[in-house]
Amino acid sequence: METTDITRSIDARGMPCPGPLMSLIGAIREGTVGDMIEVLSSDEGSKTDIPAWVAKAGHELVEVADDDGYSHFVIRKVR
Amino acid sequence: MTDSETFSVVLFSGTDDKLQAAATLSVGAAVMGRPVQVFLQYWALDAFRADRITKDHGVAPEAGPEGAAALASHNGAHWSELFRQAADVGEVHIHACADSMELLHITKDDLDPLVEGIWGVASFFGAADGPVTFI
Repeated sequence: METTDITRSIDARGMPCPGPLMSLIGAIREGTVGDMIEVLSSDEGSKTDIPAWVAKAGHELVEVADDDGYSHFVIRKVR
Repeated sequence: MTDSETFSVVLFSGTDDKLQAAATLSVGAAVMGRPVQVFLQYWALDAFRADRITKDHGVAPEAGPEGAAALASHNGAHWSELFRQAADVGEVHIHACADSMELLHITKDDLDPLVEGIWGVASFFGAADGPVTFI
């Protein structure tokens, strides 16, 4: 994933559950279809909650990776 | 996204730990497309009074001093803010129990705008389909 593909990046590290997910939802609502949103989260709940919400809301989880003490997600706004 | 069973919850306890947990559950339900019905009784209703909603409501006795300190240092959003976020992203209805309103000698004007209105118990069960959670 090239950094230039990212439309918006949210650094939610240090934010407890459900903060990172709510930040993602806010960015999806404000964005336009095709946006690539990156979320960095150190909250363990995000590892299950972000994929669960993305699937439920009908968007696409493009990338998930664990980094040093946090997770990195890339979500494409589909609708 | 309201294609699944309502999350119906009665809030009785007015301590910040239980309200924080209830608000977190409500956010989770709301973002996953479940309608949320919250019914406020007793001390939870008292905590929703406009003049004290963000004040310190203490914690359950089981928390002990360590638990109280842990909650105090928690940097997440306040439970009232979480309820607002839940209502913003999903379908969330919060009503006050008419009987508890009388007990506390308060009116709708005393309550935070999060509270939509005052209901009798039967109205809550009219809206609450499925299991009811009591906190």
